[in-house]
Amino acid sequence: MTTSPTIAVEFKNVTKSFGEKRVLNNVSFRIEQGQALCLLGRSGTGKSVTLKLIMALMRPDSGEVWVDQDNVVGMKEHRLSMVRRKLGYLFQDAALFDSLTLYENLALPLHRLTKKSKDEIDDVVHRALTDVGLGSDDAKYPAALSGGMKKRAGLARALVLEPKILLADEPSSGLDRITASEIDELLMRRKAEHGTAIIVVTHDVHGARRVADRVAVLDKGNIVAFGSVTQVTESENDVARRLITE
Amino acid sequence: MRWLNKSFEFVGKVGYFSLRVLVDSIRPPFELAQLSRQLAEVGNKSLALIIVSGFALGAVMTLHTRNTLVTFGAAAMIPAVQAASFFVEIGPLVAGLLLAGRVGSGIGAVLANMRASEQIDAIESLSIDSFKFLVVPRVLACVIALPLLTLFMDFSGLLGGFLSEVLSSHISPELYLNRAFDNLQWSNFIAPTLKTTVFGFIIGSISSYFGYTTDKGAQGVGEAATNSVVVSSLLIIVADVLLIKCIFFLFPDTAI
Repeated sequence: MTTSPTIAVEFKNVTKSFGEKRVLNNVSFRIEQGQALCLLGRSGTGKSVTLKLIMALMRPDSGEVWVDQDNVVGMKEHRLSMVRRKLGYLFQDAALFDSLTLYENLALPLHRLTKKSKDEIDDVVHRALTDVGLGSDDAKYPAALSGGMKKRAGLARALVLEPKILLADEPSSGLDRITASEIDELLMRRKAEHGTAIIVVTHDVHGARRVADRVAVLDKGNIVAFGSVTQVTESENDVARRLITE
Repeated sequence: MRWLNKSFEFVGKVGYFSLRVLVDSIRPPFELAQLSRQLAEVGNKSLALIIVSGFALGAVMTLHTRNTLVTFGAAAMIPAVQAASFFVEIGPLVAGLLLAGRVGSGIGAVLANMRASEQIDAIESLSIDSFKFLVVPRVLACVIALPLLTLFMDFSGLLGGFLSEVLSSHISPELYLNRAFDNLQWSNFIAPTLKTTVFGFIIGSISSYFGYTTDKGAQGVGEAATNSVVVSSLLIIVADVLLIKCIFFLFPDTAI
């Protein structure tokens, strides 16, 4: 007997507009636990909005957003906070807290949301920073870091609570190819070792080809192609084919 | 008409925001570490500005009032006028306006920058209530720090006035203090000092409102800083008028 795979994130007929502009138009998709989905599309097609809807940082105009068996649309704040503990979010510009050191940036959620002792927190933070190659930079403030270092620190913070689902907004933008590959490898390792579901918004087709189990292409508010890299490559939609091949 | 609608909308939003501050400030968990950090930011870092301004204002006030009082043969009243002016009105009001400039702009700009750079979203994504974490400690820090800073303003103003008077009349410190506090009652001192808690609440809430709710990216940072100072200062002056009326009603003896 086979067990049905657990759904990590599911969109059901989600619509979202900003003023007159409709960025998501009746969008539906799902990914399962342990899968990686790459969202591709031209700028302004609602990719980052999709991630924010999953994290419930925005509300859709209509539709349902399911995160690990909970519909987060209209959910009360205290329940939302429980759902958010299952999620990690790497923001486009890392969004590290300016007034805190790297150590404090990573220790903050551990202090607040876990019962770990100071020594345990030190250990977890050090390991997380070492994993992204910033083991010796824990006393630095974000202002003293390069763009790539910030992004890696943001990834470490997103993973420090060991989320079931990781949302990454352009994890490789502004990085050289080698650093981008290192981040891709980190994501793949996370998926393989912890079964983490990963949703990546990216313009990096090379990265998408390496990381993704599924690719969704957004265009004019609609998903115009969804499937494996091979399926999207052979898609009849011109935008999808060009995005994945060029 | 549209301007009127926008004004009512603004008042409603600020009112709701301030009400949320009040409710969240008595609802656990209490952000004591953040409060202590903000007290250092609001209180310690404003102290030098308050003391120097109070001292200078006290000296200048004595220089201005001296000639007039001497003309009327009331030179002995200089310490009393100085003390009454500072403890009843100048200290609380000027401390409030100075804090609105230094701290209000800072709170507005910092929160707006955190909004623009998605740091507030990041806090939410870590299951931390960003309002309780960022806004409530800032407002409480203003409420706690402003009365204390007002005391520093009052006494440094008195010191400035004393030194200015010493240069003119060689008055002794004992005589100056006796004359200064002879006609002053506790109610002249306590009620005006405590009214600065309201000024602190205004500075904290208004500045946090502009910073926390901005949605204009980098441009919003400058706007939030400017609006924080302008609106807080204006509301402090308006609130001062209303609070003086309340103080006179509750403590009729304070109407000197």
